[in-house]
Amino acid sequence: MYKYNEDDQRIVEERAAQFRNQVKRRLSGELKEDEFRILRLQNGLYLQIHAYMLRVAVPYGLLSSEQFRMLAHIATKYDRGYGHMTTRQNIQFNWPALEDVPNILDDLASVQMHAIQTSGNCIRNISSDQFAGVARDEVVDPRPYAEIMRQWSSFHPEFAFLPRKFKYAFTGASEDRAAIKFHDIGYRAVMNEAGEVGFMVYVGGGMGRTPMIGKLINEFVPEADLLIYTEAIMRVYNQFGRRDNKYKARIKILVHELKVEEFTSRVEEEFAALNNEGAVPLDRAEVERVSAYFTDPDYDDLPENNAALEQQLLDNKDFSFWYKQNVLDHKKPGYAIVNLSLKSPGVPPGDITDVQMLMVANLADQYSFGELRSTHEQNLVFADVKKDDLFDLWQALKELGFAEPNIGTLQDMICCPGLDFCTLANARSIPIADQITRRFDDMDYLYDLGELKLKMSGCINACGHHHVGHIGILGVNKKGVEYYQITLGGDATDDAAVGKILGRAFPEDEIVQAIEDILKIFIDIRDQGERFIDTYRRVGAEPFKIIYEEFSLKGAGL
Amino acid sequence: MKIIKDKAIVEDSWVHYHGEGEMPDGNVIVSLKVWQETDLSGRRIGLQLEPDQHPKDISDDLDNFELIAINFPTFHDGRGYSYAKILRDRFGYVGEIRAVGDVMRDQLYYLQRCGFTAYEIKAGKDINDAIKGFDDFSVKYQVSSDENLPLYRR
Ligand code: SF4
Repeated sequence: MYKYNEDDQRIVEERAAQFRNQVKRRLSGELKEDEFRILRLQNGLYLQIHAYMLRVAVPYGLLSSEQFRMLAHIATKYDRGYGHMTTRQNIQFNWPALEDVPNILDDLASVQMHAIQTSGNCIRNISSDQFAGVARDEVVDPRPYAEIMRQWSSFHPEFAFLPRKFKYAFTGASEDRAAIKFHDIGYRAVMNEAGEVGFMVYVGGGMGRTPMIGKLINEFVPEADLLIYTEAIMRVYNQFGRRDNKYKARIKILVHELKVEEFTSRVEEEFAALNNEGAVPLDRAEVERVSAYFTDPDYDDLPENNAALEQQLLDNKDFSFWYKQNVLDHKKPGYAIVNLSLKSPGVPPGDITDVQMLMVANLADQYSFGELRSTHEQNLVFADVKKDDLFDLWQALKELGFAEPNIGTLQDMICCPGLDFCTLANARSIPIADQITRRFDDMDYLYDLGELKLKMSGCINACGHHHVGHIGILGVNKKGVEYYQITLGGDATDDAAVGKILGRAFPEDEIVQAIEDILKIFIDIRDQGERFIDTYRRVGAEPFKIIYEEFSLKGAGL
Repeated sequence: MKIIKDKAIVEDSWVHYHGEGEMPDGNVIVSLKVWQETDLSGRRIGLQLEPDQHPKDISDDLDNFELIAINFPTFHDGRGYSYAKILRDRFGYVGEIRAVGDVMRDQLYYLQRCGFTAYEIKAGKDINDAIKGFDDFSVKYQVSSDENLPLYRR
């Protein structure tokens, strides 16, 4: 993975010092809260219901074991002994004291980490395919480009005060695992016939109260133009994005209001002007310098098939379930990609304790070249595990509680913090997630349901990505009472779709039953082996509306 | 009034006039409306742009202005950063570009990188403290008005 040079290091250290000074000025009263708010948000510091929350950047989801140990240390020393993996591959701490934050930043800087631009109306931390570099379907490794983009966007002087937050995602694989069509800009790295790298650029995707699918505005932006083209998009947005209404301020609204043709032509015009004015293309040498940090680790040459593993799979049913559900093919024969499930009954999705972090770091050292990844589905990944080691690793993960064989199933739901923490929430989401994992705990049933993306948000801001859940749950509030709306048919992949509201919302004591009824109907009407999303696409919402008959007296009418 | 100019604290030699009351003597910074409607002959003039007044609308008139002030009614309205870049890079404006309005220490580093050369620090803030904001970072990644090469080429 990328290692900071002196300059990179100095920047995060100077950032920590700058923020220390800002905190000092806030505590002395020199900075008013409405001034400080904008400044602290640019450093990922939110004020939540009970306390501050600090969001730490995990650029494109990549972490070293050393960094993870530092996160454990921070959880122990400054928090209540745990952290929370977010839906954008970052990690949040829910209980730091304001006075401690500068020290946390110093600690982070000591392991080449930071909280730069993890919040606020600026270019946010960049997300990427969590299997970059190891996936079989990868065409171009997006990580070097994501790192180049991280550097370019860090303290970019022109784009620190945008109309609204701005999110980039990268993929370089044929299957989109980074939801690039639901980002402000999504980049798909591709290769042309001459073997040159370029990017398909999607603009204006997003969730929130007006979910939209990103539009392809350029099929091939050559590598050399990546930054200049991005600058052109950002400049068009910075000048013309709406600032009169925060709900209309995202770039998706600008693209929508201008129409994609007009938006694209403004970008092209700006791009031509920038080139005229001597913009500096990204040079190959720099791509090569950064790419050198993302070469393959020291793999052994191993046979693809592993007789010992085959035997273990035959002998141990639980192991074979886990293998089937949580382990993926690796580009290198004899290796595997292992998902660590951070979803188990009784634990909020994505939460991880300091002790677990330390153990995970040790396991990463032992089994996966000292690295791990975070995913936007709030899990962790060991990307480079020898098949020989899978059985041992599985046993270790079981002890940690991270071997629930539920990746991709209903239990692997993603969920925002909701009303338990978040000031914007309409409703609690963690307790509902917990009820669902407890209700649906029969693994045979879950496997029979097949791939099913359940996603839940505590309000329309959609941090839990409910719009792209095959089944989405959205917390709403009616006269001070929490209700839950169901959406069906969302999809974050290449078949991008926004889920549609099924009907009236359910109160807390009915929502889980409603989900169960929907699943019953699905089982009844699905074709053999069909996924929920495919059944939904085939039959539409109508057959699922029968559930309202059962609840007709209690529905909230929302 | 003291302002920061070319990274030093100096006495300001300009006064603002945006159309209320009598026009003061001396060098005036005026609004677009005043400039369009008032006889300013014989004076040195600066023009103040608001966030919804784009520099392209005055690009043919730039020779008239010894300085251009860009107003930040709130510091989180960042349009002015792009305007300054465009004035410098696209229209070749070489006079003073001054940030006015909600301007404080924490923006100076960004503002100078976009081509601003003068700053009216907002009331209630210590200008001697504000000027330290230029030095928040000693290393910068990007090409900008103050840097022709990206970090990796320097
Ligand atoms: S979706 Fe709403 S409730 Fe959930 S974290 Fe985001 S803002 Fe808070």
